[in-house]
Amino acid sequence: MPYDEALERFEPVLGLETHVELGTASKMFCGCPTTFGAAPNTQVCPVCLALPGALPTANAAAIESTIRIGLALNCSIAEWCRFARKNYFYPDMPKNYQISQYDEPLCFDGYLDVEVDGKTVRIEIERVHLEEDTGKSTHVGGATGRIHGADYSIVDYNRAGIPLVEIVTKPIPGTDRLAPEVARAYATELREVMRALGVSDVRMEEGSMRCDVNVSLMPRGASEWGTRTETKNVNSLRSVERAVRSEIERQAGILADGGKIIQETRHFHENTGTTTSGRSKEEAQDYRYFPEPDLVPIAPDTAWVATLKAALPELPRLRRKRLQQEWGVSDLDMESMHNIDAIELVEATVAAGAPPADARKWWMGELARRANEAAVPLGELRITPDQIARVCAMVAGGALNDKLARQVLEGVLNGEGSPDEVVAARGLQIVNDEGELSAIIDQVLADNAATADKVRGGKIAAVGALVGGVMKASRGKADAARARELLLEKLGVSE
Amino acid sequence: MSLVHTSAAELGALIASGEVSAVEVAQAHLARISAVEPQVNAFLHVDAEATLAQARAVDARRAAGEALGPLAGVPIAHKDVFTTTDMPTTAGSKILEGYRPPYDATVTRRLREAGLVILGKTNLDEFAMGSSTENSAYGPTRNPWDLTRIPGGSSGGSSAAVAAYEAPLSTGTDTGGSIRQPAAVTGIVGMKPTYGGSSRYGLIAFASSLDTPGPFARNVLDAALLHEAFSGHDPMDSTSVDAPVPSVVEAARHGDVAGLRVGVVKEFGGDGYQPGVLARFHESVELLESLGAKVVEVSCPSFSTALPAYYLIAPSEASSNLARFDAMRYGLRVGDDGTRSAEEVMALTRAAGFGPEVKRRIILGTYALSSGYYDAYYGQAQKVRTLIARDFEAAFHQVDVLVSPTTPTTAFPIGERADDPMAMYLADLCTIPTNLAGNAAISVPCGLADEDGLPVGLQIMAPVLGDDRCYRVAAAVEKALEQRWGGSLLSKAPAL
Repeated sequence: MPYDEALERFEPVLGLETHVELGTASKMFCGCPTTFGAAPNTQVCPVCLALPGALPTANAAAIESTIRIGLALNCSIAEWCRFARKNYFYPDMPKNYQISQYDEPLCFDGYLDVEVDGKTVRIEIERVHLEEDTGKSTHVGGATGRIHGADYSIVDYNRAGIPLVEIVTKPIPGTDRLAPEVARAYATELREVMRALGVSDVRMEEGSMRCDVNVSLMPRGASEWGTRTETKNVNSLRSVERAVRSEIERQAGILADGGKIIQETRHFHENTGTTTSGRSKEEAQDYRYFPEPDLVPIAPDTAWVATLKAALPELPRLRRKRLQQEWGVSDLDMESMHNIDAIELVEATVAAGAPPADARKWWMGELARRANEAAVPLGELRITPDQIARVCAMVAGGALNDKLARQVLEGVLNGEGSPDEVVAARGLQIVNDEGELSAIIDQVLADNAATADKVRGGKIAAVGALVGGVMKASRGKADAARARELLLEKLGVSE
Repeated sequence: MSLVHTSAAELGALIASGEVSAVEVAQAHLARISAVEPQVNAFLHVDAEATLAQARAVDARRAAGEALGPLAGVPIAHKDVFTTTDMPTTAGSKILEGYRPPYDATVTRRLREAGLVILGKTNLDEFAMGSSTENSAYGPTRNPWDLTRIPGGSSGGSSAAVAAYEAPLSTGTDTGGSIRQPAAVTGIVGMKPTYGGSSRYGLIAFASSLDTPGPFARNVLDAALLHEAFSGHDPMDSTSVDAPVPSVVEAARHGDVAGLRVGVVKEFGGDGYQPGVLARFHESVELLESLGAKVVEVSCPSFSTALPAYYLIAPSEASSNLARFDAMRYGLRVGDDGTRSAEEVMALTRAAGFGPEVKRRIILGTYALSSGYYDAYYGQAQKVRTLIARDFEAAFHQVDVLVSPTTPTTAFPIGERADDPMAMYLADLCTIPTNLAGNAAISVPCGLADEDGLPVGLQIMAPVLGDDRCYRVAAAVEKALEQRWGGSLLSKAPAL
């Protein structure tokens, strides 16, 4: 059912479960390194391979990071809690149980405020807990890359045991038609909190941040929430938004036809923007959670937690408020910068010497357009804030005009070198050699005698056409303001 | 006296002084093993060459002038549930047949560091689940006192090896009584240290919150020396106690009960206890009194619920601990013919690789942890566990140690309880409360039952980290009884 129609008839309730791989040097329960991309099964030991007799010991740095995350999300920190075993058999899970937390999470009852459509939406956080990642299975052969139909599967245990923080929201009602945007804004904000804390590289495409999106619908005016689905495999912020939208449309269609929503796991497909059914919760496992007897309880010292809280960095939303004031921009401008991850880039460009307005103009204009065309995040364009600041300086110094500056940016993005190298190689310096400019003007006046006469006759506005002629003849390199001055001078007119 | 009949402490002294070489000691024990193993079947693996190489290394260290520890060069039999890089480690299971670990257990490493010479790996009930060693996938071990009877379990290979003079020392693990019960029924000393006092790293887990490595020996001092050699804090085991090892050797050297308050657990005794066992136990209590102890009766009402609580907690943990044996990374693999899914191979392997008792406990534990049953079973059992710990706590406010028979009966015939799990489980009736509470307990020989002439054990229980008290009392009892008997109880065993 089309989105607008779906929203006329139903109200969505959201929920998000986000997994964040912590950037600790060693794994959660052993000393193995956590470097991404190492040769398969080279970062393993008896503990993370679950060899007979091996025992886990908890990584103190990971516990500290989790508490900092909890504090940044305004959570209470448990005075005493335990790890729990989540039991299920799967080949990429060496112990056939995952050490996680069950009814005693390390952090609980917090919130995260996000900005959507100029309004602040408070997302309640149910819990933040610590667990370990599984190995990574690759299913070889078969059409889908999934385990069914594969010829065989191989497992890389390098990822097994990497510390993973799970952040679970409480159900989020009342988002109405903004549900997809709220989901995205939450994921974006959460990612920035993680970055500000420096606890994870939060790369969704590498899987170091993964979102599961829960959606349910209820008829407008109803008070009882509908059956929810849990969509996995949502690997970008954009996908978070699309997955929510697609699930709302799908569920609305079923409900409108009198059908029932099955509580199930669904998979999001990047290429189609839709979800398909995974395993149904009815056939799902009983995880037989029980307190992990191999590990002693965690009892964070209250004074230590207070120290961690006092040492938290400026959190992204407050930082944005500060920057907004410093830059003097509107809420909407700030939000649009936030939505495409431009704030840090603008901030860095300003730090490199560019005026805020110029830095914002380039990132939100020309560069945003190019990123959009190439379908890459803004931050992945092959240009740095320093380079933008340099271009801004050249424009301010009169060496470039905007049109030339765009060409310089194009050159840098093409890998032609630094802005100065592009200017030199492409010959993009503004023509301010008076002799050369004067010759071009004489030619233009000769070619446009009628227009020249109009100007002489007092119709000064007509000079614009002549300036255009000079710019064209100089292929954009002329300084338009100077050209106008010279034209008027030569025509003997003054304003 | 022959080298195999010599105590570990004396062997250590003889080797340190150069009177005998570690190689000679090892050879004597290897010869004894060759002679009696066909009857006893205590070992799953013996490697004479590797043993002699270890002994030669100790002799070389001595020759180089190195000061050797009290047990350097002394042979030891090692329960096949501790990982060893140079020997297979099977946990008595088909699922690990031929498995050779890439790392040593902390206990193994500390034995090596102390210069102990590992003769081989001893038989056990599969994954330490049992009280008779009949659950081993590699055939039962026989009791040196009577080859038709069980040597106790799960550490039956370790108790039999020491009782049969194949080794002066051995390691065991005690989850519900698996050291104390085999020690009692083979007439030797067996100690369950305080939980966390000895490292579980590299001990193939049965029930994580209960498993405790401990020593077997033919006398109290030897047990204390071994206890001290492999105990102490281990950063690789999160549940390891970060406290100094209680001075167990000192205590074992100075057995004394004068002025000691001894509590007799009221709940242990009566129906189901063999009269000959109770007779020896009561004599032991009188002996303690005659040695100056003040004996009182102490009630621990929750002890009667210990057995059912144990048979929920231990199988629950086991069901999860044994999940890793899935044919994916090591061990047996069945049905991997290219047509079956990983799940099918796991299921076929586990069906073929685990024995009936292991399966029974996995199923029991899986059930007890299941959604909807957890509170009624596992949750309830944990509450009972708390009550038992409180009973101990209250008792240790009144008395310094508690005593009881170690087991309700002497060694029963092989096969007698094999098809009756409940009867088998009762063998651990008196030992289980200590495991649930995590405190220390020792079994020391206290005589032979009149009915069958088989050994009876006295259990001495002490508070958490009161391990030295166990040794102090056991040493006093041992000294007095050996004077009465004119030698060790084991010297009365029929020759093999």
